[in-house]
Amino acid sequence: MAKTDALQGSLDLLVLKILSRRPRLHGYAIMAAIASTSGEVLRAEEGSLYPALYRMEEAGWIRAEWIKKDTGRRARVYELTAAGKKQLGVEESRWQSVSLAINRVLREA
Amino acid sequence: MSLWSRISNAVHGERLNREIEEELQSHIEEAIASGRDPEEARRALGSTDGSVLRAREASHSIRAAGWLESLLADVRFGWRQLCRNKVTSVAAVLSLALGIGSCVAAFRLIDALLWRPLPVAHADRLYVLTRQFINFDGKPDENDNWATPDFYLMRDAVKDQADLIAIGGADRTDITWQTDNDMEKAHVAYVSGNMFPVFGLDPALGRLLTPADDRGPGLDPYAVLSWDYWNHRFGRDPHILGRSLHIGDRTFEVIGVAPGGFTGTEKGTFTDIFLPLSMDNLAAEGGVTWHQTFLMLKPGVHPATTIEPLRQHLSAVSRAYEAEQAKRFPGMTQADIDRYLDQKIVFYPAGACISGLLKDYRRVLGILGLLAALVLLIACVNVVNLMTAQAAARAHEMALRISIGAGRRRLVQLILCQSALLALMASVLGAFFAAWSAPFVLSRVNPPDNPARLALPADWRVLVFGFALILLVVLLLGLLPSLRASAVRPVAALKGGEDPHVPRLLMGGAIALQVAFCVLVLFLSALFVTSFQRLQNRPLGFSTDRLLLLEAVAGKGQLPVVWNQTAEALRAVPAVDSVAISRWSLLRGIGINSSISINGAPPSPTPGWFLNVSPGWLSTMKIPLVSGRDFRPEDASQGAAIVNETFAKAFFPGQDPIGRSFERVADQHHYQIVGVIPDTPYRNLREPSRAVFYLPFVEFDGKSTLKAVDWATFVIHTDAQNPLALAGSLRQLIAKRHNGLRVSNVTTQLDLVRDQTIRERLIAMLATFFAAVALLLAGIGLYAVLNYSVLRRRREIGIRMAIGSSRAGIVRTVTFDVFLMIAIGGCAGIALGFGAARYVASLFYQVKTTDVDMIALPTCAILLTALVATLPAVLRALLTDPTEILRAE
Repeated sequence: MAKTDALQGSLDLLVLKILSRRPRLHGYAIMAAIASTSGEVLRAEEGSLYPALYRMEEAGWIRAEWIKKDTGRRARVYELTAAGKKQLGVEESRWQSVSLAINRVLREA
Repeated sequence: MSLWSRISNAVHGERLNREIEEELQSHIEEAIASGRDPEEARRALGSTDGSVLRAREASHSIRAAGWLESLLADVRFGWRQLCRNKVTSVAAVLSLALGIGSCVAAFRLIDALLWRPLPVAHADRLYVLTRQFINFDGKPDENDNWATPDFYLMRDAVKDQADLIAIGGADRTDITWQTDNDMEKAHVAYVSGNMFPVFGLDPALGRLLTPADDRGPGLDPYAVLSWDYWNHRFGRDPHILGRSLHIGDRTFEVIGVAPGGFTGTEKGTFTDIFLPLSMDNLAAEGGVTWHQTFLMLKPGVHPATTIEPLRQHLSAVSRAYEAEQAKRFPGMTQADIDRYLDQKIVFYPAGACISGLLKDYRRVLGILGLLAALVLLIACVNVVNLMTAQAAARAHEMALRISIGAGRRRLVQLILCQSALLALMASVLGAFFAAWSAPFVLSRVNPPDNPARLALPADWRVLVFGFALILLVVLLLGLLPSLRASAVRPVAALKGGEDPHVPRLLMGGAIALQVAFCVLVLFLSALFVTSFQRLQNRPLGFSTDRLLLLEAVAGKGQLPVVWNQTAEALRAVPAVDSVAISRWSLLRGIGINSSISINGAPPSPTPGWFLNVSPGWLSTMKIPLVSGRDFRPEDASQGAAIVNETFAKAFFPGQDPIGRSFERVADQHHYQIVGVIPDTPYRNLREPSRAVFYLPFVEFDGKSTLKAVDWATFVIHTDAQNPLALAGSLRQLIAKRHNGLRVSNVTTQLDLVRDQTIRERLIAMLATFFAAVALLLAGIGLYAVLNYSVLRRRREIGIRMAIGSSRAGIVRTVTFDVFLMIAIGGCAGIALGFGAARYVASLFYQVKTTDVDMIALPTCAILLTALVATLPAVLRALLTDPTEILRAE
């Protein structure tokens, strides 16, 4: 639970960043990517990831598409839109300023 | 996501559910494929953890138009809830429908009469001119009638800034289109030639009157028909142009038809025929005030800065005119002249209605609206009570919903949905009720021979009002219970220990509110009904029994001997008991007065009112003589008069009036009193007793020439129970004599009395209706609340019984709160009633708000209703079997 909470503000940023490097991922792959690139420190729960994906799709940052998998099942893959790229910039700079500020507090306090 | 895909998603909710399911399935597959434990992967998405469920609910609401889809679900759910409690739902819908329907009907009437703008160009720049003054009774009064020469002077004085328009009253007039035998009635109004152009009206056919058609007496015999009259009388026959219309001995040529929708400026009457102002004989009379004067500001003239200078300018012109006129009044003292000239001209915006002049009707309609609104409020409180009870009963369900992750907004939506369903169903029924009741109420205002007509379109104004009303009702109904329900604390509710005091307080407050409204309605109704009864039962001083009135006209006039011969012929009819002639009937709304002078003294400050009657009129009307004698045929030449007691007291205090004489100042005739009769109502039922003197029907003009009479009324006492049964044959009898007399109207004295009380009758009828509905609703509400509270407190009652509480104690426990609330509400209602009654005091007749029975009546009614309504619940409480309850709990 604590992990999810820590992630709350930054889940959008992580998803956008990952989709910007590797387009057309499905939900599980995004989750796995967050876990592996963070060295298994960060974990996105399914219960937060899918609502976040739908929310971002509704906001127009990402777009979804059904593809046919080898197994014959359909999978839903996501990729960034132009608005998403812009949003990623916003989120990244916000994160930078926040972490800079936190670092400063840690250093000087 | 586009709006369209949101909506289609909402409608195809199932497909979207499947897609989500499919995506999650594929997620689990991936997880398994990448080596995770299948069980664990499934659990991560499964339903063991509450937070995941909430996430799903959240993703649900994110998904597509969550609100739309959940709305559909809520509507379905609300419908099922309503169906589950069929009886209460039907009661709720019916009572709301009654409330909404009454409100909309009241709005339609009020809007049509008071607010709807006239269908003329620049209605916002239109004003009506009235004069405020002190009347004969020493009370402030207002008059909107003007003399035509005065109008011309004022018109010319302000012609640069404004157009002045004269419009005569739309009087029911005898007209003929072909021969004299086809006489019919139509509402005829004389209007100044500039009315149509200034109002910006275009003809539907032919042409309309112009200033060039209004040059002077007898010069322009042209008529314009209203579209409505053209439609229902002539079936829109285009050949109407050029046809001749006869009014009395004058003939008019139809030159055009006014546009549809314009029915004159008088609300409640449709003008059928418009004639040029100067064609009315009264237009040449300097001393007769007979038409309204409207003022239309010219385009580009700013109202705020112009009105006051205009008003002062017109006042000066009019005052100069009146001063000139007053010089010709015989025998008036300077003080009287000054008082007469002390008038103030007032402008009222006339775009919608002539507000100052409809004060009494405005109040009647205000009361109508208030009663309707109160009934709606009572109905709303009732339904709120029902829903509070339901919501409390559903506390468990709400708690469960919250604990498995339903958003509180969603709960509020659920309840609002249910109340919206109720309100919508009620408003459909209410619309039917309003569609029927507004014309019905209007039809009750009508004297049968002169129906009031009012356009009552169901247009956007009514729709907007209706929707606003529904919205208000939904909010009133839903907000309180839904806020309460959504404030449920899951843990407490699930444990079953939810604080029970809140709904009881809320419902207690609702009872007090309902009782207050109900008592207010009852209080006002009691006042109005009593007013009506006292007015209805006012001693008349004459008998209305079997009295037929034939109002006859005689062109340019016939000598009294012709009238007397006709009366003689009527007396010969077998079923006729007695016949007399009077110029007009008592209570006909007609009154003519003159100052009185005794022994050459200065004229009296208060005038005497008179009526010409033939010998035998007193016995036909069954008016007894106090002293003296009735007229004799030879009295006319001797100037005899009969006076009523008020006259005797006013002019001959403490003396025997018989044999004394007085002078009618208007024509300087002297009369000698031969008889005294009791007071009877003269012009209308409400006014105080006036000093009235009766003169012989036969009058002399100057010394010895007999005065011709152009209209009078035959007063006929018949043997038949229904005097109107004879009307047809008597009418024919008069027509067959070919002596120039024609019957123009048939009525009975009883109908005249009834017409006087139409307004009171209408209010009394509506008030009784609303009072009955309010009592019924309050009764249902009380029953429901008390019944519910007994059900809720079953356990408490059981315990009390078990430890030996007496029956009286149980009854007190159960009913104390309710009766306390009734007492509080009742007092509040009476207090409100005093306030409201002051506003409408002018509508009461011999009734005071402080009368004991006026307060006792509503109090008793509400107490009786409360007793009846609470009885079942009290019985239920008393029949509670403690052992059974305690075992069950």
